[in-house]
Amino acid sequence: MEYKNYMKLEFESKSQNEAFARVVVAAFASQLDPTIEEITDVKTAVSEAVTNAIIHGYEKATGMVRVICTIRDNELEVIIEDDGQGIVDVEKAMEPLYTSKPELERSGMGFTVMETFMDKVDVYSEAGKGTRIKMVKKFNSLNRSKDVK
Amino acid sequence: MLLNYEVLDNKLVVKLEGELDHHVSEEIRQELDELIEKKRCKLLIFDLSGLHFMDSSGIGVIMGRYKSISKNGGKVCVIKVSDKIDKIFNLSGLYRIVDKHENLKDALDSM
Repeated sequence: MEYKNYMKLEFESKSQNEAFARVVVAAFASQLDPTIEEITDVKTAVSEAVTNAIIHGYEKATGMVRVICTIRDNELEVIIEDDGQGIVDVEKAMEPLYTSKPELERSGMGFTVMETFMDKVDVYSEAGKGTRIKMVKKFNSLNRSKDVK
Repeated sequence: MLLNYEVLDNKLVVKLEGELDHHVSEEIRQELDELIEKKRCKLLIFDLSGLHFMDSSGIGVIMGRYKSISKNGGKVCVIKVSDKIDKIFNLSGLYRIVDKHENLKDALDSM
């Protein structure tokens, strides 16, 4: 039978919550017995997506950011959504080194980091409505321990 | 996030400890700019041995400092880079403008 688990976290779009969000997701993912590298990958990707929601989704306004995690067997799905201004051109936003905010010294590497560190990244966005980033990562550690048994 | 520094013969060595993300990047950026201005150092060495977490905000901070220092003919390098941070540096192409060294001695020897 498939193992399944679910959690949902909602917080204000304050930069203090970036560390909070990535630590919560890492703690939730720990039941998959991840390697340090796997957990760092997830933390970094979550940090990028939550930072995007805060500085691009809401800019100076405050809104809510939701983090929804689902575990299916050895796979973790993380959804990060906001009800902010949305991304007009998703393809452009995902280009490496592209940033709409060079004045903030953003590196433009956020989506590239997410795509490199996770197995799958999908971005849904509508101008004026918000953005939803769905990321999936497969953890191999549980398989390894099964082999040992 | 903690920032410690020392000046060695006109070289500014900055040790970053903790987690470098968007939340702390603005403060770190200001502290670094003040230090660079005040110490008038042309060489900036980042010791990252105590850095436990960094996302792409850290790339922005290092690239930004590189821009201002290289304008005056200076150089930036990083030492004691962990595997996880190395992965982000490689991804962003940071090593095209910033040198990586094992330790402080190697960095100082190369300059």
